[in-house]
Amino acid sequence: MKRGVIIDHAILILGVLFLITPLWMAFASSTYTAQEIARDGMRFVLGDNFIGTWGDLLTGAGSMFTESEGKTGEVTAVSGLLMLKNSLILGLGFAIGKIAISMLAAYAIVYFRFPAGPFFFWIIFSSLLLPLEVRIIPSYEIVAGLGLVNSYTGLILPLIASATATFFFRQFYKQIPEEMIEAARLDNAGPIRFFIDILFPLSKTMIAAIFIIMFVVGWNQYLWPILMTTDKEFNTLLMGIKNIIYIMDDGKTPAYNQAFALAVLSVIPPVLIVVLFQSWFVKGLTESDK
Amino acid sequence: MSHLSLANIIKTYPNGFEAVRDVSVDIAKGEFTVFVGPSGCGKSTLLRMVAGLETVTQGTITLADRVINDLEPARRDIAMVFQNYALYPHMTVYKNLAYGLVNRGFPKAEIDRRVREAAEMLQITEYLDRKPQQLSGGQRQRVAMGRAIVREPEAFLFDEPLSNLDAKLRNHMRLEIKRLQRYLGTTAIYVTHDQVEAMTMADRIVVLNKGKVEQAGTPAEIYHDPASLFVAGFMGAPAMNMLEARFEDGHMILPGNIRVHALARPDRDEATLGLRPERITITRTPVNGTALPFQLDLVEELGAGRLLHGRVGETPVTVSTSGDGEVPADDLHAEFPAAAMHFFDKETGARL
Repeated sequence: MKRGVIIDHAILILGVLFLITPLWMAFASSTYTAQEIARDGMRFVLGDNFIGTWGDLLTGAGSMFTESEGKTGEVTAVSGLLMLKNSLILGLGFAIGKIAISMLAAYAIVYFRFPAGPFFFWIIFSSLLLPLEVRIIPSYEIVAGLGLVNSYTGLILPLIASATATFFFRQFYKQIPEEMIEAARLDNAGPIRFFIDILFPLSKTMIAAIFIIMFVVGWNQYLWPILMTTDKEFNTLLMGIKNIIYIMDDGKTPAYNQAFALAVLSVIPPVLIVVLFQSWFVKGLTESDK
Repeated sequence: MSHLSLANIIKTYPNGFEAVRDVSVDIAKGEFTVFVGPSGCGKSTLLRMVAGLETVTQGTITLADRVINDLEPARRDIAMVFQNYALYPHMTVYKNLAYGLVNRGFPKAEIDRRVREAAEMLQITEYLDRKPQQLSGGQRQRVAMGRAIVREPEAFLFDEPLSNLDAKLRNHMRLEIKRLQRYLGTTAIYVTHDQVEAMTMADRIVVLNKGKVEQAGTPAEIYHDPASLFVAGFMGAPAMNMLEARFEDGHMILPGNIRVHALARPDRDEATLGLRPERITITRTPVNGTALPFQLDLVEELGAGRLLHGRVGETPVTVSTSGDGEVPADDLHAEFPAAAMHFFDKETGARL
């Protein structure tokens, strides 16, 4: 083998190790009991409490916080499955909602002549300058005013408009040849039929790419769900991790094992999505098939 | 009785650009009409107005006794073949052909019959299940044709459909389109900037320039009887030779102090003389005083013939000759009959 190839692979392997090691440590540590971790720190070798930790985590049996000095944890546990469900709803709702809204918005901007069309586009575009964190208080105010606090609607709806996705779809539509639309017009395809029969299938790769991005963004939302929900029923995985860290200040032993398991669990769905859609993702962002 | 008629069509864009200025064309049923002209002459705009893809600023378009000015493109009973084919990339060839019929609510059996018939006609039956990406340029062109044929429309509109094909395929498809159109007997407008396509395919040619009709007529009329300097220069390859001529008591004087007996003359003293390259004969022994001295610069061997590029006085002149015999050398003369001489007004370009 050539030396160059060996060096290339060495670099790649190093990179993989660099990324995988923390994840492995989290997983390995999750197979111990909380006390063992508190005593001995993180582990590289698998322990024997895998079923204990993960079982408790997913069912919500047992407190998130271990008993210490005879006191049970004050915070009742939310089952890992519920948090997983909440995170999935947030991620999927976020991604699907954003795609639907931004596809339609881009469709309107690109294909329909209406007064001040470009103006509206630039308004949408410049909203990129106002990320959620900047407008979070007024957004909360509105959601609260609508009585949507502690609801999935309140979690998803206010974030559903996406300048980024609208912009991507706009660029994509713009490079679809004008003649395609004209051919469709001659083929008696009205605006709705054109969108469903032609534009939507053509956008598939683009949709996949944006779906991945938006799912991960939605999945990783943290500040927003904390603010928008007070009911534990709406806890997401990321909030669950935070809850465990909180308890440290109270001088109890946090359930480190469950925290690690939770961290691993929260990584799996985005990874799955990226792996499954990976080929589409690359196509969507690079290929321009006409 | 005209089948498709454009009456006093004007197209002015919002920015004030006048793309089409008062064009009137009548097309008989089953006629193959070619709109030809340089880019920007308004030929495509005209076609797109017939298709309904551009609004008509002024004038009337009538198809089969129906004014179609304000009808939706889909309701005009026309079918169009686009330059880039504009096939739907995600649909199979079959679906591409069927799409327009499905959207018009045709029964399934009828759609199937028409699609298979058209596919048979175009020899694309074996590709019906493929996607456009899996087809070659020529095959895509056929699919685009098929999409028009299945509609069985009153008129076909072709927007430079062959310009994306290589030269050999283009010659082949040219013939095929013509044959199909004959067979189907459908009225057709064909837009091109290629005068060879225009000459070979058309029943009638409409030469457009700067948004106006320069001349309309059969290919032979256009070629042998050009109405203006523009038509004369645009149609025909190699292009017609143009010489600035002055006439003085029975003589014709050309730049470079060439003075010969005038075989024919226009009604004025100065004019542009047009001579088709193939109407000129080159000889070493001029028979009379009307032959022009021809100085040969370059010979282009075409196999079937030869192009002699040279000069008469100061004016470059191209002569097309048969390919046999030796390549002539020097001391040559160019002869032509009086009938080959076309005179044009120097200012307006109008035929005299």
